[in-house]
Amino acid sequence: MLRLEPRKEPSRLMVWATPPAAVLLTLVFGMVLFAALGKDPLRTVEIIFVEPLLSPFSRAELLVKAAPLVLIGVGLSLGFRAGVWNIGAEGQFIIGAVAGGAAGLAVYDTPGLWVLPMMCAAGMLGGFAWAMIPAILRIRFNTNEILVSLMLVYVAELWLSALVGGPLRDPEGFNFPESRLFHDSATMPILIEGTRAHVGVLVALAVAGLAWLALQRHVFGFSLKVMGQAPRAARFAGFSERRAVLACMGVSGALAGLAGVFEAAGPVGQLVPGLPAGYGFTAIIVAFLGRLHPGGVVLAGGVMALTYIGGESAQLEMQLPAAAISVFQGMLLFFLLGADVFVNHRLRLRRAPATESA
Amino acid sequence: MTALLEVEGLTKRFPGVLANDAVSFAVERGQIHALLGENGAGKSTLVKMIYGSMRPDAGAMRLEGQPYAPTDPGAARRAGVGLVFQHFSLFDALTVAENVALGLPPEEAGADLAERIRKVSAAYGLPLDPERRVGELSVGARQRVEIVRCLLQRPRLLIMDEPTSVLTPQEVGQLFRTLRQLRDEGVSILYISHKLDEIRELCEAATILRHGRVTGRCDPRSESARSLAEMMIGQELAATRPLSAAPGEVRLTVRGLSLAADRPFGTALRDISFDLRAGEILGVAGVAGNGQDEFVEALSGERRAQHEAIRLDGAPIGAFGPDRRRRLGLCVAPEERLGHAAVPDMSLTENAILTARRRARLASRGGVLRLGAAARFARAVVERFDVRTAGVEHAARSLSGGNLQKFVVGREIMQNPAVLVVAQPTWGVDAGAAAAIRQALRDMAEAGAAVLAVSQDLDELMEISTRFAVMAGGRLSAPRPMAELSVEEIGRMMGGTGGEVAHAEA
Ligand SMILES: Nc1ncnc2c1ncn2[C@@H]1O[C@H](COP(=O)(O)OP(=O)(O)OP(=O)(O)O)[C@@H](O)[C@H]1O
Ligand SMILES: [Mg+2]
Repeated sequence: MLRLEPRKEPSRLMVWATPPAAVLLTLVFGMVLFAALGKDPLRTVEIIFVEPLLSPFSRAELLVKAAPLVLIGVGLSLGFRAGVWNIGAEGQFIIGAVAGGAAGLAVYDTPGLWVLPMMCAAGMLGGFAWAMIPAILRIRFNTNEILVSLMLVYVAELWLSALVGGPLRDPEGFNFPESRLFHDSATMPILIEGTRAHVGVLVALAVAGLAWLALQRHVFGFSLKVMGQAPRAARFAGFSERRAVLACMGVSGALAGLAGVFEAAGPVGQLVPGLPAGYGFTAIIVAFLGRLHPGGVVLAGGVMALTYIGGESAQLEMQLPAAAISVFQGMLLFFLLGADVFVNHRLRLRRAPATESA
Repeated sequence: MTALLEVEGLTKRFPGVLANDAVSFAVERGQIHALLGENGAGKSTLVKMIYGSMRPDAGAMRLEGQPYAPTDPGAARRAGVGLVFQHFSLFDALTVAENVALGLPPEEAGADLAERIRKVSAAYGLPLDPERRVGELSVGARQRVEIVRCLLQRPRLLIMDEPTSVLTPQEVGQLFRTLRQLRDEGVSILYISHKLDEIRELCEAATILRHGRVTGRCDPRSESARSLAEMMIGQELAATRPLSAAPGEVRLTVRGLSLAADRPFGTALRDISFDLRAGEILGVAGVAGNGQDEFVEALSGERRAQHEAIRLDGAPIGAFGPDRRRRLGLCVAPEERLGHAAVPDMSLTENAILTARRRARLASRGGVLRLGAAARFARAVVERFDVRTAGVEHAARSLSGGNLQKFVVGREIMQNPAVLVVAQPTWGVDAGAAAAIRQALRDMAEAGAAVLAVSQDLDELMEISTRFAVMAGGRLSAPRPMAELSVEEIGRMMGGTGGEVAHAEA
């Protein structure tokens, strides 16, 4: 009989082996799913996981998708370490895009190197402010930030629709609910000529590097780790939980807001109701898949971006429903959390009763 | 007739240490057998292997002549081996009967359980009400719950890992009566303790461990506490000096400190007032659960008080948090080592940063960690307090109970605080190391610091304190000079706090 036995210390090997294992399991069960939908499973997996890596164009697209995932994922992972559960990054992403976009539109037609940094600042401020709502409610009234931040996503979506249908609507846009296209000064500089890969990729990498430094070398990162592992010891050490809630929500909100500006001023180029593409939610998977470690988040961001790009072409080529791709991404998190059991437990073959020589 | 339990060549290796090195010994039927050894000698590791919660790397065991290799605690219990851990695994919000049921196989946790608990507790003089909530029980009563849970399974071997470090003298006496009764019924008992007088009183045989190896066997009844201690550490015990400094100016003033209980089963603090002077050690005695935890938390800053209620060197600090108080010179070593004083899965270096980052400059002003300095500080603590560990990069969890205690207390002492508050300073620490910690506290006081020690160990308080007070029902008695107190007077001050302790109004 098979049996789970707790380990004395968490297995270091398993901590790093379970994410690849989860990817592998997702592949296997994804293939079963695709076969059940009547698609050629091998071909589908090839389209999703291999083909995007072959052409320079889709490699650049990979960066376009990975950048916001990493940017948001790194922010979220800081809070997740301390037990601060910001589930509403999607909302902060939207408000960031709206705030940054509105700032850009306000100075429409004015060229200048300062325009984009100003938009970024406005976007970060927007995301920060949106995240402060659940943060302050938690520290003042002990509300659950998971629920509050999640509900605010839908509020943010409505704000976006209302604004692009009203004050921010393109005056020459035949009443379509869209803003004007951003002016040149208000769009992201392109990193790779001829593609949509923009400098946001570099920003995301830099943020991951900074987060790594904070976790390894700074009292702030240290306090987050202590808080997550031993809340009572954190209080004894003098790390304030309120401050950690504010800081984690604030940082992850600002980063999500920044990702929102990058998306609006980068690949999309204007404010549209369809701007949010689920990055804020997918980044939750990215954070866990990356083991809440900035380096891991960068890798995980790449993998999840792959399923986005590959998923799109699979929809086109194999007529897969979009929901199948979401199921596929969900499976990844499911298997990762499942495989996590082995970090703290090991599987043992149960032998006959107690009295048996070793 | 063969012995009940025979252990042969049991070996267990952890990264960097050989915790048990070919350990062999035997426990006879109906024998109370002591397991002695310094902190980190490998006692807990050994009994965990006997109880099946750890697997030996090599070696074999026989129970009543039959090969015995438990794969998990369940198997050990079925084979008739029970273990009472020092730290209980009980749920406060459940009743005694519910807690007991959780530890039993489902077929035994039937409806008649409460009745059986009553029977067993009456038969062995372990007063226990199955309907009471565990949260309302004293530490001694909680231990009785664990013991009754073991006894319900009719064990042939009962293992107790440091059972008395948290008990009052009355509770210890009661426990010993129960253990002797069990012995007379033929149950064997394997008993771990650092209290050598108790061992001489209770045990008929002893196996001594040092550095994971068996270094001796003896009959403790024919040894003195001193000779036992010397067998354990393999050298003579250093004599300790009494505190000689005259008290100086007041460093810590507490006036009218009151705090509501902040958790179920907690104790409210009521109007606590005292002065603590440089060069003195104030001992605070009392049965656990009478507000000591809350008192220490109020002093550390984990719970804020009225700002004026606590003053350090004259300046009010009641509203400040732990970090600020530490910076001003008030350091605290709380009772619970794992999860409170230390983060179990973090290294000793990181645990040094936890509280010493300001005073020992383990982080820059901007908050950048100085990992090199932190490792040096942790190594200095390890060296000065003789903490047995394979290195400061190892997790706090991997240290033996007593060694972690030495580290936690040492970490605060080495920050040279103006005022040190320490709870159970030598809990689970072996005789040699306990003497070293007490000496370090005295040295601090002589150097001008003020020390407040909260402990349940009256002997310890009588040895180190210059003044003495008792905590009961959230109140603190007026401190009195130790020198003018007789043992009888101390007994009177503690008065009426034996057995079941009331959380009720004082
Ligand atoms: N899980 C573990 N991982 C690594 N090392 C461990 C682990 N458990 C115990 N050790 C080491 O094994 C040695 C023996 O520890 P053990 O807990 O058995 O000591 P002990 O005799 O019970 O001491 P004490 O009196 O302080 O409780 C110690 O050096 C300890 O650091
Ligand atoms: Mg031990």
